[in-house]
Amino acid sequence: MASFDRSIMLLVGDLGFSVVERFQQRFPMQFLNVGVAEQNMMGVAAGLASEGHKVFAYSIGNFSTFRPAEQIRNDIDYHELDVTVVSVGGGFSYGSLGYSHHLIQDFGLMRLFPNMTIYSPADGAETVQCMKVLARTKGPSYLRIGKPTYSLTRGEAIQGEGNWVFLTGNQGSKVAIVSTGTALGHAVSFQANNFGGEAAVFTVPIWGMSSKIKQLKFLSNFSEVHTFEDHISDGGFGSWMLEATSKMKQNPPRIYIHAIDAARTVGVVGDASYLEKIGGLHGDKNETK
Amino acid sequence: MTKSSEAFAKSVRAIAIEMVYESKSSHIGSALSIADIISVLYDRVMRIDTSNPKSSDRDRFILSKGHACSAVYGALFVAGILSKGEIDSFGQSGSPLMTHISHKVKGVEFSTGSLGHGLSFGVGKALSAKLKGLPWRTFVVLGDGELDEGSIWEALMLASHHELANLKIIVDANNLQSLTTVDKTLALEPLVDKFKSFGCRVLEIDGHDHLALETALEDFKGQSPTIVLARTTKGKGVSFMENSVEWHYKSPSLEEKNQALEEIRGLV
Repeated sequence: MASFDRSIMLLVGDLGFSVVERFQQRFPMQFLNVGVAEQNMMGVAAGLASEGHKVFAYSIGNFSTFRPAEQIRNDIDYHELDVTVVSVGGGFSYGSLGYSHHLIQDFGLMRLFPNMTIYSPADGAETVQCMKVLARTKGPSYLRIGKPTYSLTRGEAIQGEGNWVFLTGNQGSKVAIVSTGTALGHAVSFQANNFGGEAAVFTVPIWGMSSKIKQLKFLSNFSEVHTFEDHISDGGFGSWMLEATSKMKQNPPRIYIHAIDAARTVGVVGDASYLEKIGGLHGDKNETK
Repeated sequence: MTKSSEAFAKSVRAIAIEMVYESKSSHIGSALSIADIISVLYDRVMRIDTSNPKSSDRDRFILSKGHACSAVYGALFVAGILSKGEIDSFGQSGSPLMTHISHKVKGVEFSTGSLGHGLSFGVGKALSAKLKGLPWRTFVVLGDGELDEGSIWEALMLASHHELANLKIIVDANNLQSLTTVDKTLALEPLVDKFKSFGCRVLEIDGHDHLALETALEDFKGQSPTIVLARTTKGKGVSFMENSVEWHYKSPSLEEKNQALEEIRGLV
């Protein structure tokens, strides 16, 4: 993207070892390490974007979101600037590093901003599809990257924000299993363990405040919907879906939220799959019913 | 030479008083504190096409202490960018002129209200100009109480590290903040030494001396960002508002407004 669009700038908060060096060497005038200064990074990103740059501002999850939350809100979102906040470490990707690095509350923050579009791809293939959309759209965005739990054979072309992308199962089923981001492996396992392949599995990689009402179109096809996310239930993807059902005039589906119980994981050491299991996010037999 | 900017400042002060009175809003002390800085910038220093305030080659101005916006709105009116009708709508329901500076208003680059944001944004703009090799300058006005915010110092470090000589930072140093003096809240002095240690050039001046202001604001020598440390008086120009924390919050009564305007008319 950066070679075709010279307005692209990549800002990093002194992170990205072994990941960003190639970009820096190839596009030195389009790269900036602002140091360990995330509030300044987002303000600078906003200033650059106000002059026509397409900015990607990158750090490890909580550092790129909670630390500069006010700058993201006031300077980027409310000015509707073309800045993509990039978080690496979605969910428990950095599990053993401790809760400072557990990115399980970020949806709750980022979906509060009226102009923010959330991009939470399930794996590398879906990330490529998300980047294609990002390349052609302008505005505040949040790209959340984590360790995949399922590999898509190819990323499905994403038609737009809030759309459900069918993955596997019976499309005519009245039961939907809907995942965002890297919790997809649990969603697929859940379908196999509880519905024998008969429920319909979807991924929703692009969503946000402005596409909540669009969910009614999809929800109206089902009587039962299970949502999956490597995030807590409060303020997350499933909550967003549940809020959408409050706008349905009749027969809203029953929503079951499969998410992480943060209280069970604070101070616990382990890798992502261990912490997800401890936190109650898994594709085993249904605990929520 | 300074006569035109002094007349400009007189008008800015009067308009700010009227705006704050009509809207029953706060922060007149802060607006009066920066009235001379703003007037010299808009009347003498900044390259702005008042018939096209969005022209690509304009100098950029950011008010980081956004609560002092009545001074900037006043300057935009005196410069012919805002109309009387727009000024009269200040703080009213449905008006784009909220009582902190707003980018929805013609001639304004950036909305602020929470302190500590404007300088980072200004650094981003200055960086863009440097990357593109463009000659326009970026001016950012901060408050001295605002220097409590850590993000300011993050921005200063980045600005000096990247030698943003096209960035001019003006600190409205009136030694008052929300509850008491700056000295008693969080001692900042020696500010000149602090700024220099962060890699900036520092020009310390009387922030109400128009000749000194114009000289300092036009001075872009060297490879570093320049800080104009403008020593000012909060509420300057109205005797009963000067050096008063109370006038950070109070809105003038009719009698106080008239008295203030009379004093301002008497200013040389």
